Amino acid sequence: MTDKEKEVSFEQAMEDLEAIVEKLEEGEVPLEKAIQYYQQGMELSKVCSNKLTNVEKQMTNIINEQGDLKAFSVQEEE
Amino acid sequence: MNDNYLTVSALTRYIKRKFEMDKHLNDVWLKGEISNFKHHSRGHMYLTIKDDQARIKAVMFAGYNRTLKFEPEDGMNVLIKGEINVYEPQGQYQLYIQQMEPDGVGALYVAFEQLKDKLTKEGLFDHDRKLPLPLYPKHIGVITSPTGAAVRDILITLKRRYPIANITIFPALVQGEMAPSSIANAIKQANQLKTIDVLIAGRGGGSIEELWAFNEEAVARAIADSTIPIISAVGHETDVTIADFVADVRAATPTGAAELAVPSIQELEEKIRTWNHSLNRNMQYNLDQSAKHLERLKKSYAFRYPVQLLNQKEQDLDKLVERLAKATKQIQSNESKRYEQVMKRLTYQHPEAQRKLAEKQLIQIMERKQRAMQIIYTLKNRQFINVVEKLEVLSPLHTMKRGYAIAYGGNGSLIQSTKEIQPGEAISVKVVDGTLDCHVTGIKEDLEND
Repeated sequence: MTDKEKEVSFEQAMEDLEAIVEKLEEGEVPLEKAIQYYQQGMELSKVCSNKLTNVEKQMTNIINEQGDLKAFSVQEEE
Repeated sequence: MNDNYLTVSALTRYIKRKFEMDKHLNDVWLKGEISNFKHHSRGHMYLTIKDDQARIKAVMFAGYNRTLKFEPEDGMNVLIKGEINVYEPQGQYQLYIQQMEPDGVGALYVAFEQLKDKLTKEGLFDHDRKLPLPLYPKHIGVITSPTGAAVRDILITLKRRYPIANITIFPALVQGEMAPSSIANAIKQANQLKTIDVLIAGRGGGSIEELWAFNEEAVARAIADSTIPIISAVGHETDVTIADFVADVRAATPTGAAELAVPSIQELEEKIRTWNHSLNRNMQYNLDQSAKHLERLKKSYAFRYPVQLLNQKEQDLDKLVERLAKATKQIQSNESKRYEQVMKRLTYQHPEAQRKLAEKQLIQIMERKQRAMQIIYTLKNRQFINVVEKLEVLSPLHTMKRGYAIAYGGNGSLIQSTKEIQPGEAISVKVVDGTLDCHVTGIKEDLEND
């Protein structure tokens, strides 16, 4: 992942992407602006895809009586 | 005789004892309908239990009624365990209730219905209280037993659908006496963390008693107070708890809750693909539109017949030039007219003209002066001549012509007396045609001297 991908959250990227798609769908966008949007949109969709495919390992914790977090895992039934 | 009469107190006490001795009255199991129910402010409950033919006064002291799972109401059919005794001050036998539960439906059901009514009235189930679930939660809290099937179902589903979120499990007792406070505390604890985006609270299926914690007011209030959106997931499809009503979203099962809590990664990928497609399509459309527009512009009359356009413009230009010339001319003639007028006025005002005029006037004045002088001169001359003539008439010369002479002293003054002259003095005597220079040889004074 690039630094840029790291700093924007998945949620933010998704929201931005959706907003850009909506803007383009509305039409009435000047061509230069549209190209800009398109490039941004493409970058964002790449960021989103990367985030989904290069998933960071999911953390599952459990809070003990002292309020501390400990790793937690369940045995999946075969 | 008198000794046979009892006091009211004594009789009442006797009756009371009779009641207390009776084994059946000490342990009464009664069913009937509540009426005249009154929950006294000090905590005791007073009511009448009746059927269609009889009634009995009853009281349930606070110590007993504290554990009631429901609030008794008039018209409610109840099952009661208690004892009969006498209230001496009133001479009244009554039923002292130790246990009471609704007849027909279970106490739990009634308690459920009552709490539901109460919280509905308070607005805890109102739709506008519901918090929206986050679309892409980063951190999910799970409140349930860490050992049950529920936690496993939830974790497996979360992992499958949306592996990029973190999960924290808040272990809670989900059945038994301690469960309500345990669940409520877990909800509060999760809220204090400030990092949780969405909470799943629930447990697997079980009997109504086992699920009961999720019908408790403490749990309902904790859910209502939570600033984190909560998905409730209690038991199976058919179990609906108070917690479900209060929760922001109700899931039928723990697995269902996990599905509601997160988007599916497949769906997201599909979404991104769709958006990608849409981006491409829109961009293409945009480009096409722009290209079409350009094409239209290129085909426009102006581009196709530039000469025409030029001719037109040429003509336009000629017209303009003509108009310009005309206008200029007009302005010019107007100006020269004005110039002429001004010049006329100026010539009129010119100093040479004025000088000439003045000169003319001067000459006229000079001539008039000359004439006037002439007239005056002539006049004066005539006057002079007159005066001269008069003078001549008066002149001593006339007199002298008749032989008179005039004597002048040496100093040239007229001699008018003998006293003015000494003998031997030179004098001159003027006669009519000249002067005689003389010496005075002697002086004779006239005697008669007037």
